[in-house]
Amino acid sequence: MILFQTDDISVRFGGIRAVDAVSFDVRKGEVFSIIGPNGAGKTTIFNLISRIYTPTSGRLVLEDKDFTRTPSWQIAGLGIARTFQNIELFPNATLLQNLLIGRHCHSRVGFLSQLAFLPSVRKTELAHREKVEDIIAFLGLQRYRETLIANLPYGVRKVVELGRALCIEPKLLLLDEPSSGLNVEETEGMGFWIEDIKKDLGITVIMVEHDMSLVNQVSDRVMALNYGKVIAMGTPKEVQSHPEVVKAYLGGEVAA
Amino acid sequence: MRYLFRTQYRQDISLWRHNGDRFWYGLLAVMTLIAPLLLGEFYIGELGAVFIFAIAGVGLMLLVGYTGLISLGHAAFLGIGAYVNAVLLSHNIPFLVTLPVAGLFTALCGAAIGRPTLRMSGLYLAIATLAFGSIVGTVFQKWTAVTGGFDGFAVPTPTIFGIAVEGATGIYYVSLVVLVFVLFVSANLLRSPAGRAMVAIRDSEVSAQSMGIHLARYKTLAFAISAGMTGLAGALFAHYVRYLAPDAFDVLLSVQFVTIVFVGGLGSLRGAILGAMFVRLLPQFIAVVRDDLPFGIGRLPGLEPSLFGLVLVLVILFQPGGLNGMWLKSKVWFQAFPFKRQTGFRRQKSYAKSERLR
Repeated sequence: MILFQTDDISVRFGGIRAVDAVSFDVRKGEVFSIIGPNGAGKTTIFNLISRIYTPTSGRLVLEDKDFTRTPSWQIAGLGIARTFQNIELFPNATLLQNLLIGRHCHSRVGFLSQLAFLPSVRKTELAHREKVEDIIAFLGLQRYRETLIANLPYGVRKVVELGRALCIEPKLLLLDEPSSGLNVEETEGMGFWIEDIKKDLGITVIMVEHDMSLVNQVSDRVMALNYGKVIAMGTPKEVQSHPEVVKAYLGGEVAA
Repeated sequence: MRYLFRTQYRQDISLWRHNGDRFWYGLLAVMTLIAPLLLGEFYIGELGAVFIFAIAGVGLMLLVGYTGLISLGHAAFLGIGAYVNAVLLSHNIPFLVTLPVAGLFTALCGAAIGRPTLRMSGLYLAIATLAFGSIVGTVFQKWTAVTGGFDGFAVPTPTIFGIAVEGATGIYYVSLVVLVFVLFVSANLLRSPAGRAMVAIRDSEVSAQSMGIHLARYKTLAFAISAGMTGLAGALFAHYVRYLAPDAFDVLLSVQFVTIVFVGGLGSLRGAILGAMFVRLLPQFIAVVRDDLPFGIGRLPGLEPSLFGLVLVLVILFQPGGLNGMWLKSKVWFQAFPFKRQTGFRRQKSYAKSERLR
């Protein structure tokens, strides 16, 4: 069953086609990886899906719902969560507060009742807290609960950002280079978490990644991009041995 | 050293962390309530002014310290609150109506300013709000039919349930009630989704947006609340000065409010109150020691503004946590005594931000 698809999506910045007529679909419950050399347009696709950029043409569809024109702040409410390549946490807040912000799209209490902190607000806040504690337990972050993000090591922040995205309870999780800046062990840990997210939480994952061992470990399907165009799609093995992909990474004449 | 053992989630969202909090804040409440019996008229008047500035300081703290938006136009909001309250009172509308109306009207003005300035941040926002402040100041001067222009007018004495709120003591108690209300509302806001959204906007707009936070809505909201609280302070300020004239609401006053927030410590309600105490009490302190200073320093013109500037610079350089940071550090020092650890007091360097989406 197809959860998400892009339909001939393109975006242009001036004369540069950053993403050029890219179509792919992601099945429910799979891990779909996007690979490609620097500047291939991988993160741009994420920014299109999270509606930070507006596509020049094409359609974005989640569960038969077209969200090509949905404003960026409503994307989380649709069930699409993302992490960022350079970590965009809230550094002057504690881990707990960061994860609670992930619950924002689920809060439905009126503003005036928040100002008075009515019992209804208290009740929903406790429910949010329980959900957040589930995520903290899932990712084993208990001992950092009250720590400011600014004081956490990089590897832990990466996991916190993953946790914050999970607090949205997404259907679709976009991971932008989950292993960047991590050492070998931490990358391995990240791989296990992505597998757990897929198996235990049943969340569909789209991942942009450079570390091929991580891609091989977790991906069901891989798409390779170069200059904003799809050059190969298939299982990790098929894509890696695809001649276009080898050329994109190692150079050489591209056959027309 | 107190260790908090938390067994329930609701302990984390209650206003008081433990019974020690209840005791000390209760003691503080009793002290402020009986202060007029113990202190002279002058000191009560000054304390009342501290409360009024603290109300405005809390309002500005929500905007600057928690939402990360700067405003150099808060004197204008104070003025709007003051004039709305005073003008309505002179039309024989009861004080219990004019006070909330002054707050609400100023909040609307804040929303109106917040909306078009949303796309700005940092210096640009500072300049836009500065311009707004001087426009409002000019309106106070020129709209003589309502404000009386430069001549100003005397603010009528308010009555609550038939009792005239007169003298320093009356203003003191009313300001105290409003301050407690404003603190209660702010504390509630900060433990609710809206407050968290504001903090999120301060720290990273991109990721706030991807968490489902409507940036425009929450920035406007922050502006409105901040202005509304400052408007309440303005209504009380009118009674504190007793005679309204437009020159009271100039840029220097806005700078004083910003000083409250920075010297008090960004991102702390306690800081807003400590900052207000500093800003109101420093001029009094200067007045006391003025004649005893050597070389005639005390008689130099501009001593007060330059001292404010100096303190602001020193605090930003050496004590980014402000007075609140000093308070927290000394608390830790006393709790850990005699096992002070130097590392615990060293400033933490946060990681450099790499390139961001903007």
